Amino acid sequence: MPSDHPRLIDQLKGGLDAPICLTWELTYGCNLACVHCLSSSGRRDPNELSTAEAKAVIDELRDLQVFYVNIGGGEPTIRSDFYELIDYSVAQGVGVKFSTNGSTINPARAARLAGSDYVDVQISIDGADEATNDAVRGVGSFAMARRAMDHLATAGFGPFKISVVVTRQNVAQLDAFADLADGYGAQLRLTRLRPSGRGADVWHELHPTNEQQVDLYRWLLDRPDVLTGDSFFHLSALGESLPGLNLCGAGRVVCLIDPVGDVYACPFVLHSEFKAGQVRDPGGFTRVWRQSPLFLSLREPTSAGACASCGSYDACQGGCMAAKFFTGLPLDGPDPECVKGYGEAALAGVAAGSAPSPGIGHSSPVTFRRR
Amino acid sequence: MFDSSTAYRLDPKVALRPEPFGALAYHYGSRRLTFLRSKLLADVVADLGDYESVDSALDQRVPAGQHRAYRQALASLATSEFICAV
Repeated sequence: MPSDHPRLIDQLKGGLDAPICLTWELTYGCNLACVHCLSSSGRRDPNELSTAEAKAVIDELRDLQVFYVNIGGGEPTIRSDFYELIDYSVAQGVGVKFSTNGSTINPARAARLAGSDYVDVQISIDGADEATNDAVRGVGSFAMARRAMDHLATAGFGPFKISVVVTRQNVAQLDAFADLADGYGAQLRLTRLRPSGRGADVWHELHPTNEQQVDLYRWLLDRPDVLTGDSFFHLSALGESLPGLNLCGAGRVVCLIDPVGDVYACPFVLHSEFKAGQVRDPGGFTRVWRQSPLFLSLREPTSAGACASCGSYDACQGGCMAAKFFTGLPLDGPDPECVKGYGEAALAGVAAGSAPSPGIGHSSPVTFRRR
Repeated sequence: MFDSSTAYRLDPKVALRPEPFGALAYHYGSRRLTFLRSKLLADVVADLGDYESVDSALDQRVPAGQHRAYRQALASLATSEFICAV
């Protein structure tokens, strides 16, 4: 392809006028309590954006020519204005992809969704069978997701997405997930487990072993049609690059708007250190994206730091910022799941309790039964 | 099959967003994103429908030495349906 510039990746590192891909969590409320929830969701926040405020954000996204927005939560569909907001977004030319646990997708809603052009639906499951899934997402959640998939298929929605966070427990089920998706004419989407939100508490037990990562890498290379959100670029250090953008896009090509309107560098760093601004402030989202000191600093050239002497740095780019941050590793060193083993060695040097805490966020309070 | 002696235009389901490196192109039908990696390529793609053929667009807009590379780039955009035959 003709190019004025030698390396696209360097252009992208320097940031764009608007994000390519923006995640927007509409609510912290959720009827599930997944053990790895990256936003520690459970209870709604009284300060969540109103319908009018949410529409003002959509107006900005339209003006910035953001092609589509990834809506999540919490469980976004529990907002009473959910369908009003996605209809408004589509009418403004901003396509919608939303993630759901499926609980509210009944036959009528499935038919409504099947009738809209620019809406994609992602149903989350984290196991190819009930036992594996429900251990992570809660009792009854597998049946709930399957019902939603059945309703979408019956309504003729077309290729919806089945979204899976890869864990030590489900990595052996990749073929089963692919079969499930094929059976529905759906698309499989796999993403990486991050130690973010409540995920920090379970990451050490649930993240794939290095051997499993090698299997996953080979599996993905054989199936370029499986969507990944480009989240496994740290595996590219194993050899041939995986398809997609091999870089950390935080604050450069992606960011997150949380339910109360705070803007973070990516969906996996809900922490004050990565908060860039607030959409309710003067200048709105556009000003945050273009002028926040945090985002400007993330677009500066970075040093390879401790990874400088590793021959694979060009391939993996040092991995995921969020994974490093929440495991207590320096940001200019190896990813905790570095396939060359440098992450494991570095983790051994992190003092217990010294990693930054994601806090309890909006997790539902634990209730103790009185005797 | 891509034939540069015939007319093509930007697919109506594709949106272009100017960027410092050229443009981002997004296909609302296939949900695919692609990078148009120069300003000139982005301009040619945007206006392609105004010309009676791809060759005529190249003759008028693109330095001769780059025609081959541009034909390849446009052929790949035709395969992924970012541009379509008129």
